[in-house]
Amino acid sequence: MLEIFQYPFMQKALVAAVLISVACGVVGSYVVIKRIVSLSGAISHAAFGGVGMGYFLGVNPVLAAIPFSIVSAMAIGGVRQVAKISEDTAIGILWSVGMAIGVIFINLTPGYAPDLFSYLFGSILTVSNSDLLIMLVLDVIIVVVVYIFRREFLAVSFDEEFSSVTGVHALAIYLLLLALVALSVVVLIKAVGVILLIALFTIPAAIAKQYSYNIRNLMILATMLGIILTTTGLVLSYIFDLASGATIVMVLASAFAISYYLNG
Amino acid sequence: MSVKAVKIRNVDLKYDEQLVLDDICLDIDEKDFMAIIGPNGGGKSTLLKLILGILKPDSGDVKVFGRDPVKSRKLMGYLPQHINFDPDFPINVFDTVLTGRYHGLFKGYTDKDREAVLKVLDDMEIKDLKDRQISKLSGGQMQRVFIARAIVREPKILIMDEPMASIDPEMQSSFYNLMARLNKKMAIILVSHDVGAVSTNVDKIACLNRKLYYHGDVENSAHGLEEIYHCPIELISHGIPHRILKDH
Repeated sequence: MLEIFQYPFMQKALVAAVLISVACGVVGSYVVIKRIVSLSGAISHAAFGGVGMGYFLGVNPVLAAIPFSIVSAMAIGGVRQVAKISEDTAIGILWSVGMAIGVIFINLTPGYAPDLFSYLFGSILTVSNSDLLIMLVLDVIIVVVVYIFRREFLAVSFDEEFSSVTGVHALAIYLLLLALVALSVVVLIKAVGVILLIALFTIPAAIAKQYSYNIRNLMILATMLGIILTTTGLVLSYIFDLASGATIVMVLASAFAISYYLNG
Repeated sequence: MSVKAVKIRNVDLKYDEQLVLDDICLDIDEKDFMAIIGPNGGGKSTLLKLILGILKPDSGDVKVFGRDPVKSRKLMGYLPQHINFDPDFPINVFDTVLTGRYHGLFKGYTDKDREAVLKVLDDMEIKDLKDRQISKLSGGQMQRVFIARAIVREPKILIMDEPMASIDPEMQSSFYNLMARLNKKMAIILVSHDVGAVSTNVDKIACLNRKLYYHGDVENSAHGLEEIYHCPIELISHGIPHRILKDH
């Protein structure tokens, strides 16, 4: 069975699996404990607007998704401060508006968008070297920022109000965290697509949370689980000739169910 | 003359054009133990947030130890009313209390901070729980953890929002013993909608329902309470001794 890893596309997919698992393990841990799963879902769908813009302008859609996801993250996170719109409402609006912008850009782009489907549902087997490079750079940024601001992220995730009394600039730290979510979305787009990626954010961290009471161990465990489970999904999708993104999500969901059952 | 711990002068605050606090003036001295009493929605938590510098008044002036509240935050310990965290939140008792020693960006916790945490856990009689995950505690233990977090940087004022809401009635007397002990070192302000929460240890009361109806000694407070609750009030505490006021 291991011979499938001698194909270059499989090797790249394996590297991609490691890179996405780092983003998921680290940022996904905050997403789960800070309970911003649906907010992260909105950021990922809004990123599709950037993918469409990338097609339209003829630049790498993954790169074009970066400003889109960051701006939408700031919009959702900051909306309470500037307008009487609840975060929940902002999530609903940006979720669909981002997708709509993406569709319109693709309409405006002459010709056919051949791998559009891969941005929606993921295609880890077709990641290019430049995609891998983007993912690597973003992973490094994510890990460095988390290391520098780990005390603030923990304090704000646990108790925003108390943290601000101790002198943490809670809003700025929250927005920085959302910016990291936005970057992680970009890391994940090519592998699982905007529609499915929320599973990768949520499930490895949610499983790991059942076994660890320490945020650093939680991140490490979630990353390991991510690597094992996405690789399993990848191999299964190859053997049974199924869509890779969907197979990975199903493997994650099964692992969550088993872990939940074992934990009683 | 010594500086007031808290000095509030003619403060107004509006939410959505509605006046929540109306012309509030309040002084709190250095070793006061003050209970701010009033019905829900009367502006109690809002007033605490003004003292903490989380909110700014629309008009008027708030000073804590003679300075802007934000500049005096190092002198304040805070026990919030609800702490709405994930039940599996990956943090133990020690690390929770350590967050109370936060120094600022790029500044890590030192050995001195860790010693301070151990000392306060010992003081609160929860040192043996230091490695316990935060949600694996009883209500009373959890409250001690959050009080420990509030006082770990040795504040001059302890500010508590509805501290009685999260503990069992039978624990009230041990809570007040603890408060009496802390009160030797710091001023204490607590907010409650429950008049019964006021005990013998409280030495000043402020009655708040948008306006401040009374503030001063406990003994003379019945009239102010009647005004804000619109009915006669009998002041009885649940602890021992039962009656904190004379018949009137």
